[in-house]
Amino acid sequence: MDENLIPISFTINGEKVSKRILPSLILIDLIRDQLQLKGTKPGCLEGECGACTVLVNGSAVNSCLYMAVNIDGKEILTIEGLSSIEQPLHPIQEKMLEHGAVQCGFCTCGIVLTTKAFGEECKKEGKIPTRKEVKKSLEGHLCRCTGYVKIIDAAEDYLTHPSV
Amino acid sequence: MDKNLNIIGKSKPKLDGKERVSGRAVYGHDIELPNMLHARILRSQYPCARIKSIDCTKALGLEGVKCILTAQDVDVNRIGYKRDHPVLKKDANCQRDEIAAVAATSKEIAAKALNLIHVEYEEIEGIFDPFEAMKEESRQINLHGKGKDLYGNKNIAESFHYSHGELEKQTKRSKVIVSRRYELPRVTHCCMATSNITADYSTMDGRLTLYASTQVPFLYQRDMAHALKMDPSLIRIIQPVIGGGFGSKLDMYPFEPICALLSIKTGKPVQLLYGREEEFLASPTRQTMIIDLTSGADADGKFTFREVRITMDNGAYTSWGATTPFVMMQTYSSLYQVAACDFQAKAIYTNNPFAGSFRGYGNPQATFSIERNNDLLADELGLGKDEIRLINANYPGEITGQGLHFKTCGAKPALTKVIEASNFIRKNREKHKGRYLKGVGLASMLHVGGGAKIYRSDGCGTRLKLDHYGYLDIITGSSEIGQGSETVLAMIASQELGIPMKHIKVVNTDTDVKPWDVGVHASRTSFVAGNSLLGAIRLMKQKLDRKAAQLMECEAGEFLYENGLIKRDKKEIRIDKVAREMHFGSPNELCIVEYFYEPESSFQDKQFMGDVSGNYAFASQAVEVEVDTFTGNVKVRDVYVSQDVGRVLNPMGLQGQIEGGVATGIGYALTEEMIYEKGYLMNPSFHEYKLLTAVDMPDIHFYPIETLDEAGPYGSKGAGEAPLIPTAAAIANAVSNALGIEFLTLPLSPEKVLKAWSEKKQNELANSQSI
Ligand code: FES
Ligand code: FES
Repeated sequence: MDENLIPISFTINGEKVSKRILPSLILIDLIRDQLQLKGTKPGCLEGECGACTVLVNGSAVNSCLYMAVNIDGKEILTIEGLSSIEQPLHPIQEKMLEHGAVQCGFCTCGIVLTTKAFGEECKKEGKIPTRKEVKKSLEGHLCRCTGYVKIIDAAEDYLTHPSV
Repeated sequence: MDKNLNIIGKSKPKLDGKERVSGRAVYGHDIELPNMLHARILRSQYPCARIKSIDCTKALGLEGVKCILTAQDVDVNRIGYKRDHPVLKKDANCQRDEIAAVAATSKEIAAKALNLIHVEYEEIEGIFDPFEAMKEESRQINLHGKGKDLYGNKNIAESFHYSHGELEKQTKRSKVIVSRRYELPRVTHCCMATSNITADYSTMDGRLTLYASTQVPFLYQRDMAHALKMDPSLIRIIQPVIGGGFGSKLDMYPFEPICALLSIKTGKPVQLLYGREEEFLASPTRQTMIIDLTSGADADGKFTFREVRITMDNGAYTSWGATTPFVMMQTYSSLYQVAACDFQAKAIYTNNPFAGSFRGYGNPQATFSIERNNDLLADELGLGKDEIRLINANYPGEITGQGLHFKTCGAKPALTKVIEASNFIRKNREKHKGRYLKGVGLASMLHVGGGAKIYRSDGCGTRLKLDHYGYLDIITGSSEIGQGSETVLAMIASQELGIPMKHIKVVNTDTDVKPWDVGVHASRTSFVAGNSLLGAIRLMKQKLDRKAAQLMECEAGEFLYENGLIKRDKKEIRIDKVAREMHFGSPNELCIVEYFYEPESSFQDKQFMGDVSGNYAFASQAVEVEVDTFTGNVKVRDVYVSQDVGRVLNPMGLQGQIEGGVATGIGYALTEEMIYEKGYLMNPSFHEYKLLTAVDMPDIHFYPIETLDEAGPYGSKGAGEAPLIPTAAAIANAVSNALGIEFLTLPLSPEKVLKAWSEKKQNELANSQSI
């Protein structure tokens, strides 16, 4: 059994981790079951809902479709990594609360991370996205509670005030 | 309410929002207990089959498998609203039927074990059409059904008949009569968190703890006890953070007692989580309905009568969803003024999956049929679609044919508002040419706004505890399922007691701790739990007033509660000091009170007459759509919503409920449908069952109407279900307005719209050639 295990090393939320894993292990299971980071949510496990979104080297991916072996040498950020003792909430999270974008909250963490990745992309390109582009950036996320309006408002507010 | 409100009516973020937005909130999926086993359920291979044998030997031999249960292994009662639903099945009656269940040391082993269970089936031709099922020669689908004795047909699960007024006379005086058959699809809740439960049975004291995502913990506790033949008091329900409810968690389903049984048999905690495909296959649905509605109006446009026959596909077992006619009959009897109404609804057993309850509870279907017919009546009379509705709108003081008493009523203001805001009159007349055709549609709704007395009690208990440091615990029977009710409760307490929001905690997740409540349904929580809280606050203030008067050496009487202080004139004292003095001074008591609130609504009589709710919510929506005649695609551009909410308690929370409801309504109108073929679900994934995404959302314009109904907290009414109820009807009316085509079914998918459009074009061509 053991020789089937593959060694990988990666950084998650700023911490270095080395592990031996089965080649079939899916990233979301590594994160939730082995690393006990439960903020990454299993909404569908088929790449359709975005609740399981994490950032791999800064890009948003559906962790339910991503093979864990492929994170070797990479940097992962989950929702837990956005909080620090000094700053418990990231400005995107503040905006989500301020705009009332959170109802049951099951979709929220994924949306926060996608917005962070999109914000960085915009910054790199030096552009401020339009509302239409903000909506487009959220297209990979399903939310059954809010009707998206407040989520779009919150993301737009954050993305158009990038200095915060 | 005469006093100045500084908290109520101001937007407040969700009480535990920070936990949710940071990933710290613990949902059912996140629970892990020591030595926990993982469960899976084996479901039937066929929608209808005799089970000849089940062989679990191989599966039991797999390392890590701890327990397998089949119908033979358990001694349980049947569940469901009609007690017609076996927890584990001896024969299969629908695709989701539970044949066996496994508990194993890992999810992977449990899944593997399922494949090793060998079941020998003898497939039987199922009955999937309710009309077919009602035929004399059809076989009895649910052997525990009592239809033969109760309703004269073995496959009728439940039947309702209601009437008021003189139907015949009203039919005669009608100038126009419209008759249509509507068919509404089966849709499902799609909670983002799938169904889940963790059961933890202690063999030491025989107590069972369930971490269950239910929205009705006390009814659930009783149902579970009945199923397991246990004493209810030995069952403790703890509600984790719930990832969406929308009515789906009103019933207890077989997977829940199954998980409990696995824990009881193994003596270990057991967790059962659905995958998304299983969620589609085996979680509840909104019932599909076939509605035959005949409506009439007189020469002045006054509605004369409605005669309605509804056939609901009950599926193989009966859930609370079969009682949706309670709500629908209110809509047929009392949405707009109607002189006479005759209503019959039957829920028919079939071999389809059973239907549950879903936000709106039958009302979207009923409203759809009425509001489609209203447009047709207006057309035949040559009246505006706005006019006919205004002529018949409900009014304050009205007591309807069914006995609903509208002490306050914002129906007309809501209608007027959306007609104006959407520019309805002009836009409804406009004719468009070219590829993209625009249209506007109008629809209204009526729903209970102050709970609904369906169960023997519609009450809610509250316990309040003010500690030595001025912090308040609200221990409420009511539940939070994401709708924001606990935020509203904290706002009320903060308003009344002058305690800052951040010093208030809402405790509401544990049946061992919280007092009784009937559960989240009928848009009742803010109303019933709010009134219960206000009752408890009154008691607490009596205590505090007395002590404060003693301490400040002034006369007893009312004080002002503000910023953590209790004041009168120039005197003031800190509220925490009063609480401490209460404890340490004589007569040594704690600042704890308890109150139970039972709404004044009445139980309806056998004829369904009676004032069933504390108050009633009214709403209208106007929708503007644009139809692409090349693709059949309907784009909803603007939705104008006006709703009588009594009083706005938390504007931001309310707006969120409105937007979420409208979004679900749009999905119902345009994209969502569970497609069944001979009892098999053909589209069990988000890939094929389409939910709206951010890019599909129209602009939603919301205009609350405040009627200040004295029954509700600060004059408020329930608001949670209303926003999705008229949306589909308004959209269908708008699409008809755009294309000049009638649609009798939902969803208005591109294929359906395109087909209807090309037929219309062909007919026009044929007609023009024949002239
Ligand atoms: S859980 Fe990964 S996309 Fe839904
Ligand atoms: S807040 Fe519930 S799914 Fe988005």
